[in-house]
Amino acid sequence: MGPAPPLLDRRLLFFTGKGGVGKSTVTAATAVLAAEQGKKVLLVEVDAKNNLTALFEHEPVGFEPRQVYPGVFVMQMDTEASLREYLKVQARVPVFGRLGPLARAFDFVATAAPGVREILTVGKICWDLRESIQGRADWDLIVVDAAATGHVISQLDAPRAIQELVAVGPIRNQTDWMVELLRDPALTALNVVTSPEEMPVNEAIELVAAAREQLDVPLGVVVVNRVLPEPFTRGDEEVFAALHEPASLAALREGAGPGIDQVLDAARLAVSMRRSRAPHLAHLRDEVDLPLLLLPYLFVRDHGLRVTRMVADALGQELL
Amino acid sequence: MADRPGLISGGQGLETLLATREVVVFCGSGGVGKTSTAAAAALAAAMHLGGKVLVLTIDPARRLADAMGLESFGNVARRVPLDQFAAAGIEPRGELWAAMLDTKRSWDELILRHAPDEATAYRILDNRMYANVTGRFVQSHDYIAMERLFDVHASGEYDLIIIDTPPTRNAIDFLDAPARMADFFGGRLLRWLTMPYRAGKGRGGRMINVASKPFYQMADRILGSQFLQDIAEFFLNFQSMYDGFVERAKSVEALMHDRRTSFAVVTTLEGAPLREAESFCEELVRRRYHLGALVLNKTLPDYFLDPEAETAAAALSRDADALGAVLASIADDGGIAALADASADAIVLRTLAESFRNYGVVARREAELRSELGRMAAPGPEVVVRVPSLDTDISDLAGLMRIGEVLFTGTIRP
Repeated sequence: MGPAPPLLDRRLLFFTGKGGVGKSTVTAATAVLAAEQGKKVLLVEVDAKNNLTALFEHEPVGFEPRQVYPGVFVMQMDTEASLREYLKVQARVPVFGRLGPLARAFDFVATAAPGVREILTVGKICWDLRESIQGRADWDLIVVDAAATGHVISQLDAPRAIQELVAVGPIRNQTDWMVELLRDPALTALNVVTSPEEMPVNEAIELVAAAREQLDVPLGVVVVNRVLPEPFTRGDEEVFAALHEPASLAALREGAGPGIDQVLDAARLAVSMRRSRAPHLAHLRDEVDLPLLLLPYLFVRDHGLRVTRMVADALGQELL
Repeated sequence: MADRPGLISGGQGLETLLATREVVVFCGSGGVGKTSTAAAAALAAAMHLGGKVLVLTIDPARRLADAMGLESFGNVARRVPLDQFAAAGIEPRGELWAAMLDTKRSWDELILRHAPDEATAYRILDNRMYANVTGRFVQSHDYIAMERLFDVHASGEYDLIIIDTPPTRNAIDFLDAPARMADFFGGRLLRWLTMPYRAGKGRGGRMINVASKPFYQMADRILGSQFLQDIAEFFLNFQSMYDGFVERAKSVEALMHDRRTSFAVVTTLEGAPLREAESFCEELVRRRYHLGALVLNKTLPDYFLDPEAETAAAALSRDADALGAVLASIADDGGIAALADASADAIVLRTLAESFRNYGVVARREAELRSELGRMAAPGPEVVVRVPSLDTDISDLAGLMRIGEVLFTGTIRP
């Protein structure tokens, strides 16, 4: 296989990361960026939190993909719906109405049996990818807001785990082609979102290592979200320190009013917040040999479509 | 920076809560600083209230273990050494202990305790489904955390236990864990599912009743019958522990509702975590748990909203060149060499103004979200505590104590 194509030219992108780092925002921004390049994008939300549609200021959606932005269609993963689709299309067992009492039984087995829930999630995604490759569906790109770092490995490893557990049977045959799609670096990439703080960075490093060891899914990029700006250059900093001299402070109070003390406090806070994060970023650079994409912290009021587009722009700059 | 009065809206802290309860459960969505907050509250309790305080945590940062002078957290509780306190200049009235929840080990211990005999216990422990049920599913972490808490509380060893809950998909999930576990292992559903396999071998294969027939047809088609049989066998073994499990789950549930137990919800002032915290607060109240506190973590100081400060920032930006010239002339008179270049001074002044305005936008967003909290349905949390953004990472007990003091008193001492 030749070198992996640029990120957005692949067909299936998974995003994982520790809770709170902005995984969903980065995932949504990736979809927006691809759509703005003219691609038709399926954006899949795996955890049923309905965060993604909020990022597009759109009402919640279900299992059926709905367009939330020009070129971006969101679907909410639903393992029961995925099972129904599987039964209908592949096993040719028509299921009318709701699965009813069977749903509870299914839920029960799915909780305990290795990878059942995962395979229905990953299976549905792989199915859509295969349909697109073979021309029966027209998704140029599938972007998945995948499970958080703690669970993504078992999620993506489900087809292989099933292969090991189930020797024969229809599901065994199904997993073969899924494994093939997932391992192809021309098609698939697992990406990690993090922020320059201790735990998110540690989890990102651990995930990359674990993915290399346990998964047969190619790694893509590490997106570092919410990087605070460095306010001062080295020369600026000397000036800033000298502003605290009694004589200069007096002049500033005279010229800008008594609030200047708080403005100086604010600047010190900004500097130290940035500096306390710098070592974590350095640690990440040392430990991970994947491309790092840095997204700036956004000083904005709201969290809606406007912000999603701003993140998409920043991401586009980094991918250039 | 953080040590200035007025940074935090003065008010009540967690003192009463920590002094009157035996168990405080810290919960909230990922990334809000739940673990550090729990550890800081435990430290403050050990310092001010005395007694034996345990912080039971799920996944501590390396740095937090270091800060507490512990090489690592383990399933067995360890005491934070006294010299660590001495180094921070703290003289604690009580003892601070820390333990980490090792999910796998706690599960193994649980099986060994509840299995009817050792042979059954090891049949379960060796089953390949076992690792899957206990290790990979979020709910099992939730359950084992509650179970461990119950165990530690029942031992009577500690005056106060502070527990940091697992990062669940939904902060509410762990509350349902005991009931779900009992339901899971004991329900009619399990009997119904395993029925075909109870008949034993040599009796003409599976006896399937009418009700479960469609399920097995479907399951066979998807999974293959051998696979399903493996699962059923595992559950048959597990079922032998049913009575112990259900009883235990009920006790765990009772402890959560006990008046000696309270909850502290931690969040940042960002849209998504705050929304989740609010709905979690409401859910706790609805289910009649005691909602002791809402902790607003990593918040920006109020001075970003101070009109005088805003005026000063505006003046810096507007009059940067003139002020730069003034500073340069002072530099000449007073020998402050660093300020000699008027245009360099002006650049720094503009940067100050811009940085202030940037963070001011965030501070206003936070204030807006805070005011929305007022609209939360009554009864809300007993206290709301605001904790400032720390300008450094926590690297020692003194650093942890800075948060601890804010939590305990609800205000920062000058």
